[in-house]
Amino acid sequence: MIEFKINGRHTRANDGETILDVARREGFVIPTLCHHEILGSDGRCRLCMVEVKKRKRKRIIASCLYMAESGIEVSTETPEIQLIRRTVLELFLARNPASEVIRYFAREYGVIDTRYTRDNDKGKCILCNSCVKTCETVVGVTAISLSGKGPHKKVTTPFDGPSNVCIGCGACMAVCPTGHIYMEDRNGIRTIWNRRFELTKCPRCGRYHAPLAQLEFIAQKSGTALDRLTVCQDCR
Amino acid sequence: MMASRERLYAIGADYRKAISGYDKIVKICCGTGCISSGALTVYDELQRVLSKRGLSSKQILVKKTGCHGLCERGPIVVFGDDEILYQNVGKRNIERDIAALLATINEDKIEDELLYKGDDKTKRYMSSFDIPFYSGQTRIVLSLNGVIDPENIEEYVGYGGYKSLHKALQMNPMEIVDLIEKSGLRGRGGGGFLTGFKWRSCRQAQGLPKYVVANGDEGDPGAFMDRSLMEGNPHGILEGMIIGGFAIGSNHGFIYVRDEYPLAVYRLSKAIDEARHHGFLGRSIMNSGFDFDISIFRGGGAFVCGESTALISSIEGKSGEPRAKYIHTTEKGLWGKPTNINNVETWSNVPYIIDRGWEWFQSIGSDRSKGTKVFSLVGKVKNTGLIEVPMGVSLREIIFNLGGGIQGDKKFKAVQTGGPSGGCIPEEFLEIPVDFDSLTKLGSMMGSGGMIVMDERNCMVDVARYFLKFLIEESCGKCTPCREGVRRMHEIVDRICRGDGSMGDIEHLEELGKAIQLSSLCGLGQSAPNPVLSTIKFFREEYRTHVQEKKCPAGVCKNLITVSILPERCTGCMRCAVECPVDCISSEKKEIHGIDQSLCTKCGTCFDVCRFGAVKIS
Repeated sequence: MIEFKINGRHTRANDGETILDVARREGFVIPTLCHHEILGSDGRCRLCMVEVKKRKRKRIIASCLYMAESGIEVSTETPEIQLIRRTVLELFLARNPASEVIRYFAREYGVIDTRYTRDNDKGKCILCNSCVKTCETVVGVTAISLSGKGPHKKVTTPFDGPSNVCIGCGACMAVCPTGHIYMEDRNGIRTIWNRRFELTKCPRCGRYHAPLAQLEFIAQKSGTALDRLTVCQDCR
Repeated sequence: MMASRERLYAIGADYRKAISGYDKIVKICCGTGCISSGALTVYDELQRVLSKRGLSSKQILVKKTGCHGLCERGPIVVFGDDEILYQNVGKRNIERDIAALLATINEDKIEDELLYKGDDKTKRYMSSFDIPFYSGQTRIVLSLNGVIDPENIEEYVGYGGYKSLHKALQMNPMEIVDLIEKSGLRGRGGGGFLTGFKWRSCRQAQGLPKYVVANGDEGDPGAFMDRSLMEGNPHGILEGMIIGGFAIGSNHGFIYVRDEYPLAVYRLSKAIDEARHHGFLGRSIMNSGFDFDISIFRGGGAFVCGESTALISSIEGKSGEPRAKYIHTTEKGLWGKPTNINNVETWSNVPYIIDRGWEWFQSIGSDRSKGTKVFSLVGKVKNTGLIEVPMGVSLREIIFNLGGGIQGDKKFKAVQTGGPSGGCIPEEFLEIPVDFDSLTKLGSMMGSGGMIVMDERNCMVDVARYFLKFLIEESCGKCTPCREGVRRMHEIVDRICRGDGSMGDIEHLEELGKAIQLSSLCGLGQSAPNPVLSTIKFFREEYRTHVQEKKCPAGVCKNLITVSILPERCTGCMRCAVECPVDCISSEKKEIHGIDQSLCTKCGTCFDVCRFGAVKIS
């Protein structure tokens, strides 16, 4: 059992638990935008930075990646940590002015406005990579990825075109923390990532319920007959 | 296969025998710098002329060597063991210079024109040993650069190469780690981490296989230390890596070279093939039972890929994004296995330490920075080029003695050390010893060893803007502060340069810079604010003048200056008018010139070319 302190309070952790895991369980609030309980962390947004004192040495670390260690002292509200949070949120506010999530977080931490010129081409994407990881590890198709570098980095399909492996499942949209990914179902057609997917009509109730590509993918992967999958869940 | 030791001696003996058959050896620097100045033409011409029967009665060996260092004066041709050094060969008149080389070969006639001239233009230096640029250096890793033909393993062995490997293979691996640790060698890629300590933790790390990696991904603008080493003495790097592999318990090495360095890739590949052929790489190296091989990995050339975790990602075939180093690469590196990454210069030091002992290495350098460091000296300094000096030498010594001072005898303003994310150091600190700790204390860093010298015509705000622009383009974009913050710093600095700066901008830069330093994921982001923060620290007044008075004291920021001609000084020589790229200077011979302000792009060319000080930038 690992024992350490968060903001002066004794806490316990299991092997392999991050500081963020422990802090959340113990009721300490550490903000983060890119951490996902199932997909894990890459340490991208840097909102969850905290100070760790190990013996005499102080370090500022990303709590989502740093494993709890015996004897360390974690502080989540030092002036430096506050400076980092405010800065990151102000930067996000300029990058994603339309994002309600960012605006909410910013307000929570006292960032009223941004001093920088607002981007109008980045949408609500904060490059957390959750959609990419979902597509790759949960769905298993890798239709999207991060491309480019620096400020030009973005999530996209290969060459920004319609991806030929995308199944239109919308898992990326579901996991996106800011609502950046656009998906629309209309007249039996689903539009996502610049591609149009034909939706399957349930033979019993007549409702459109899933893209054919997705059902074919599931049929192939699970060995279930496609006929069975075209019947919607409610009618099955 | 012959017994290892005998084979080593045989190669060396063959080489010395072959060499003794020549009356004269002519070495032509064929580093990238000299090649771009025409060294290959000099080589081809000389070979062509010599092959004509009767033009020389002597046996001559003409060879291509790696970078000689004094790139400013290339192409460089050296005779024998540096008895004569010719510079700028074939630059103005190739036929005349080839004739001069022939005269030197045949009649030992020295061509004055081609010798290095001192500052006063009267003193001429015959041998490189006398030229201050060279005499101020201590060459260890560069000692064979410019001496041996990098494409010929026999030359390397002839000069004592692979002797250290043989010696190391007789030792206990732990003994080697101890020895490297005691030598005090620190990582030359910039971090300055104790090399022996790193080797030890990699050796002790759990998991097999283990890997050793040479980092040759040099991305700093104006830096070419690693390139010159890879091009000039590739075997030195291989030998270091093999010894490291043996000490750590690894059987496979990678050399990560950026693809922009094709000559380095070619020479390293050739070196690897030759080393394999002679049994210095591959199965049971020198009959020791130790297997080790090296592959080259050609990187796409992203600046961040020099960062160890991004480099690993790149070799693994993923995009070059760094990761948090809370778990060291020595424990979990390439494919999750223990990996020891050192810069190519660090590896190059290893054979010398094994050969001459840790005490010898420890005796060179300063208190906590041992050995030498290779710097590329560029910018407004007279002798641009590659130098190797003991750690602890002062900046003044480097810039004014080796570097020969500032071009055009202008006033020194600052020196940027440590590449784009290093800092600018002003004149008042020129006496500080150049080592890891002193530079860090000043808010700069050693980095991989780039040194850019600036004079009074450099605007420090503009310099900061330049480096920020570079860093924006090279940020991988993974973490928010680096990706978003650096471009916002650039936005502010750019505004200041354009004359739109407002009160509070400087403080804002300091605050943002601090936040980026504290919260970025990797070393690139953490050091990205350095160019701004160090220039604000040492040149705050210059920032203030830009913001409040809307003036650029150095006369660089175009929106803040006007260029005019002082009638009382203008002689009507027309020089400025001829050089003006936009033809905005009205001119009649012997009449006072004038500048059409509506056309002027404020490039400063007229200012730079006027011999009478008649152009005023205000």
